[in-house]
Amino acid sequence: MEPQVLPAALAAHAPALLVMIPLIMSAPAAMIKNGRVAWVIAVLSVGAALAMALEVFLATRADGAIWSYAMGGWEPPFGIEYRIDALNAALLLLLGTTGFLALLFAGPSVADEISRGKRSLFYSAFLICFAGLSGVASTGDAFNLFVFLEISSIATYAIIAMGWRNDRQALTASFNYLVMGTIGATFFVIGVGFIYMTTGTLNMADQAQAIAAMNGNRAVEVGFAFILVGIGLKAALFPLHQWLPNAYAYAPNFVTTFLATTATKVAFYVIIRYSYDVFSVHTGFVSNAMIWVITPLAIAGMLVASTQALFQNNVRRLFAYSSVAQVGYMMLGLGMATSLGLTAGMIHLINHAMMKGALFMALGAFALSYGIRRIDDFKGLGQVMPVTSAAFTVGALSLVGVPFTVGFISKFYLIQAALDAGWWWAVAAILISSVIAVFYVYRILVAIWVTPPGESDKAAPKRVPLAIAVPLCVLVLANLVFGVYAEPIVSIARAAADAAVYGGVTP
Amino acid sequence: MSPYVVLRVVSKLLIPLIFLFGFYVHFHGEYSPGGGFAAGVVVGVGVILYALIFGMEAARKAAPPYWARVGMALGALIFAGVGFVSLFMGGNYLDYTVLDPNHTYLGQHIGIVAVEFGVLVSVTAVIIAIFYGFAGRERTGDGAED
Repeated sequence: MEPQVLPAALAAHAPALLVMIPLIMSAPAAMIKNGRVAWVIAVLSVGAALAMALEVFLATRADGAIWSYAMGGWEPPFGIEYRIDALNAALLLLLGTTGFLALLFAGPSVADEISRGKRSLFYSAFLICFAGLSGVASTGDAFNLFVFLEISSIATYAIIAMGWRNDRQALTASFNYLVMGTIGATFFVIGVGFIYMTTGTLNMADQAQAIAAMNGNRAVEVGFAFILVGIGLKAALFPLHQWLPNAYAYAPNFVTTFLATTATKVAFYVIIRYSYDVFSVHTGFVSNAMIWVITPLAIAGMLVASTQALFQNNVRRLFAYSSVAQVGYMMLGLGMATSLGLTAGMIHLINHAMMKGALFMALGAFALSYGIRRIDDFKGLGQVMPVTSAAFTVGALSLVGVPFTVGFISKFYLIQAALDAGWWWAVAAILISSVIAVFYVYRILVAIWVTPPGESDKAAPKRVPLAIAVPLCVLVLANLVFGVYAEPIVSIARAAADAAVYGGVTP
Repeated sequence: MSPYVVLRVVSKLLIPLIFLFGFYVHFHGEYSPGGGFAAGVVVGVGVILYALIFGMEAARKAAPPYWARVGMALGALIFAGVGFVSLFMGGNYLDYTVLDPNHTYLGQHIGIVAVEFGVLVSVTAVIIAIFYGFAGRERTGDGAED
């Protein structure tokens, strides 16, 4: 690959470095005791990973470009291969960008929420989680993918359990996630085992070739089913989302911001990779799974989770249910099994990271100033923290899908794809779910802007630190800019979808 | 003088041998059953035996809990660091062959032994940390004391 932005010596190893830099830097972060130094280490290493992600993204822009990197010099399919095309390059870039922005926000937020002696270990666990997610997104080896999935999951359980100001409920939330996540990972590895048994290889591109030749093999189909369920759990595909609301509601604000923008997305990517590239959507079994399993569950998720969000009083729990509904939109795009549908799913994947990033970051700023998280406590916030409230409002409107925000672009493309497939009932479901979203967002916005503040509370707010204001503004501007000028996001998503549908892992 | 003279004398004799055996398992790991993981457990057990016979206080002096935390991270650092060394020597990440370009297989040996040493350090530290965690009521090794 030609070097793009980095020096050639670095660029040549970008796929390995973007995983390995955060992974190795987690060790010094764990060794030192000073949380602030650990934060600087984390910011620098995620920044480096972002530069590497930009490098691989630019290098794989050309049509059908695939960057294959042989770990340890062992040639694929025997060694572990890192294989990057437009699909996972887009994901890596998203992961790096949102990870970096969330980490800037982490500085003041973590200092407020996590006890002093644990901060450096917290950042160390975060770096491991980040490295694990990057690893899942860049590897081309099925078992390596499982290992990275476990690395990221175990670190995630730890950072969720830290809890918002040592909230004990975070422990149960994290334990629930641990049990369900372990079941999911087990299902995934059973599926990998089935495919390994029949194809005799762990390299995903190699598996794809072997699977194409054994159409209708039951063991392979069972393997696919196990993988779909296992990763569906990680992706919070309805009804496997039960771990998500509590985990998001009780984790530290920074963790929620990071997970909401990345973790389920990476799992969604794995589903795309398996259903389009390792398997083929054109085989009867997979296309049946798309139409009869993924699509109904996606629509059920959109409607049921949105309705559940209506009845939440804890704002972070409300947005957690909304996240489940948004995963439904992405899954609906995937379930259409067309290039247009997948493009819409990818657009929503990127846009959803922007809106939920902005929303959870604004909630983090509220929590930093007032320590609040219930809708009732949001009364009159618009008067005391007008700028943060405005940022929150933009994110909320984007979530609903108001024109001139990215949420509108997502829904526009999704509806277009549904009409193209002749799925008018899916259009109806999208519209109904959006209307429900209007109601739950309305409840919060009314509390913020219309209801007068109570008498006793709302002392003069702390100034929102720059480390929160800057990433929040970046995300809000992204929501608005890409809502008007959607071309960059759409072209990235289209290239990613094309890589999955026409090329990708399949040689 | 404690009444367990036999235990003290025997364990004093045994602990160095346990460590030695741990390193034997480590360096023989590429050819025979063994390797960094098993070796790390054996070395860690040496420290645990010391703690059982001579008491937690003596053990904490000999192997401070904070070292356990550093050791866990250091092991990972060694493992990943070998990968970076091979990068600097012109190979792919974790490509051991470049560690000794003059011989075909020697680089592989060096790489495996070095990587396994990282595993040994981590596993030893984890074993000790788990033992301290169970043995002491107060938190150890997680930096909660500051």
